[in-house]
Amino acid sequence: MKSRKQDAQRNQQRPSGSVKTASAPRRKIDRYAMKKWFFGSKDTQGVGKVAAIYGLLICIGFVYLYPLLYMIAKSLMQRADLLDSSVNWIPSTLYIKNYIDAFTSMDFVRTLWQSVVIAGLPTLLNMVMCAIIGYGFARYEFPLKKVMLGILIFSFIIPPQITMMPNYLLYNDLKILDSIKAFLLPAFLGQGIKAQLYILIFFQFFRQIPQALIEAAKIDGCGHFKTFVKIAVPSAAPAILVVFLFSLVWYWNESYLTQLYVCGVLGDSYWNTLMVALKGFNDSYTQAGGSVTGEAMGSLNEGIKMAATMLSILPVLLLYFVLQKQFVESVDRTGITGE
Amino acid sequence: MKINKNKETRQAEPKAPAKRRLSLKQREGMMGYLFVLPWIAGVLIFVLRPLAQSFHFALSQVKMTPKGREITFIGIQNFTQILQEDETFPTELAAYLVKTVMATPIIVVFALIIALLLNSRIRGKGFFRLIFFLPVIIASGPVMSQLMSQGAGSIPAMNTSAIQSLIGFLPGFLVDAIMGLFENIVMYLWYSGVQILIFLAAVQKIDTSLYEAAKMDGGSTWECFWKITLPTIKPMTLLNVVYTIVYLSNNEQNSIIETIRNAMFGTTGSKGYGYASAMAWLYAVIVTVLVLAFAAALALKKDVYAKKTKLYKKEQKKQERLIKRIERRGEQYEKQKARRAAKSAKAVR
Repeated sequence: MKSRKQDAQRNQQRPSGSVKTASAPRRKIDRYAMKKWFFGSKDTQGVGKVAAIYGLLICIGFVYLYPLLYMIAKSLMQRADLLDSSVNWIPSTLYIKNYIDAFTSMDFVRTLWQSVVIAGLPTLLNMVMCAIIGYGFARYEFPLKKVMLGILIFSFIIPPQITMMPNYLLYNDLKILDSIKAFLLPAFLGQGIKAQLYILIFFQFFRQIPQALIEAAKIDGCGHFKTFVKIAVPSAAPAILVVFLFSLVWYWNESYLTQLYVCGVLGDSYWNTLMVALKGFNDSYTQAGGSVTGEAMGSLNEGIKMAATMLSILPVLLLYFVLQKQFVESVDRTGITGE
Repeated sequence: MKINKNKETRQAEPKAPAKRRLSLKQREGMMGYLFVLPWIAGVLIFVLRPLAQSFHFALSQVKMTPKGREITFIGIQNFTQILQEDETFPTELAAYLVKTVMATPIIVVFALIIALLLNSRIRGKGFFRLIFFLPVIIASGPVMSQLMSQGAGSIPAMNTSAIQSLIGFLPGFLVDAIMGLFENIVMYLWYSGVQILIFLAAVQKIDTSLYEAAKMDGGSTWECFWKITLPTIKPMTLLNVVYTIVYLSNNEQNSIIETIRNAMFGTTGSKGYGYASAMAWLYAVIVTVLVLAFAAALALKKDVYAKKTKLYKKEQKKQERLIKRIERRGEQYEKQKARRAAKSAKAVR
């Protein structure tokens, strides 16, 4: 709409060929102006183009949200609705018993609390240690720095499966398996989940601090650590936030390593997270799937499964919607595209 | 640490000031090491040591006994056993390879398209960014497997047919290939959240004066995309490709990592840590080769272009020199001819 107005204005202002035809008797349709209005010119966007962009974005956006909407819809359906093929999206009645069932079978409150601890504590350690390490890489020049950065990137690329077994044995020998310490120790040494990425983010960020600022602090009598705490950390607030959020979300979503190190493969540990519980939810269902009795079907239908899935992502979903701006602008802030 | 520092200063003091500057540098370096020390320890303990150990495991048979681990060296037997006797692992590896080679370009190109769409002047950009980034937050292994098992991973039939009619003008085999991908389209699309943001950040950083200059010279949007946008964001493309491969490989939807873990705790005689380590090494080699292949494919293109232009310039110079030489020779020949003619004229006289 806006572009149309602009076009019209421009057409009036410009003493060009198109204006002549536009001011000529109305019956003649100005094909050039129409074309311009629809397809846009080199400096304005045509209505057709904008409509196409919106159409594409809305279509793809729907595809993106489809599983989520599906999940919400199914989780609110009762059995009769699930089996009824005429009920596709909107349940006949709002049925929240699925949620209650999932809530109790997952032991939600306790599991949620443990999930928060398991995601939160390593995240805090990750944040602090990656900042220190990133600062060390960014601020100082020392021999073998290039080699170390190479190893850093290399350690991001190799699949964790290759280091998983020896680490499992190490934790076993240190007697920290099946406890949160198995997550805290690597995080303390800058090897938490995706810690390499966070180190690179901090590295990138601290390099942008003007050297003059650090030198000024030095002249004013700041030591190395004081400079780090008083100058570098406050200026890296966006990076810290990004690392905190992503680390939290990725620790939350991790279930493979969590199950292996913290929750125990047999599930007999004290610890449990929502993701691991959800995994167990699925496993127990597929195990029972072979011989589905009427009762098992009733107690574990897809409505309950979807409700359980919804419950386990609900905390991060809320976090995302509250702090959406921080998440979405994270990449801009980390300065990955800097250089 | 402190002792070291004292030593340095003591050594440096009686010497020339030039030496003292070096010691200052060294001291800075020591501080750097101090900051990075946790990471160095971490890499040694959690990356390099396990790498060596798992390589050792891969070449041996590991038995867990009540007394401890019993490791016997058996050479490459584990690898031959995997490749010859294992029923599932080689096929899984091949499937992973095909899937990743297919999916990576799709994810990256899709991310680029979305980023370009979001970069155009429209309203509600923030809202769309919100939607496209959402999967990064919630797409974890168990959630994905739940959704897939419910059939939420593919677009509903109505939409699929709509897309099929949309791409109907393409030749048949292309339609088939695309429709095959649409089976899992949501899964692939969901994997491109971070990539979209990286591309978007890169595209937004491109200097607009470049586009203005191109438009002055009569370049269309299409040409601008190929000649300005794409070359400028090339490093980001490489980054995204590597990120995508790493993500696809370490993702919990990937059945290989489950297989490896099952083998690790496998109680049947032949399996165990050694066997699983060999599997992990095979897998790691394939992932690394994939990353390098994609990186080479992306980096090589630029080299070809640079090479061609270089070659062209070289050839041009060569020709210029040739032309000059010919001209010079011609002049010389003319001169000689003239001289000879003069001589013969003299002789005749």
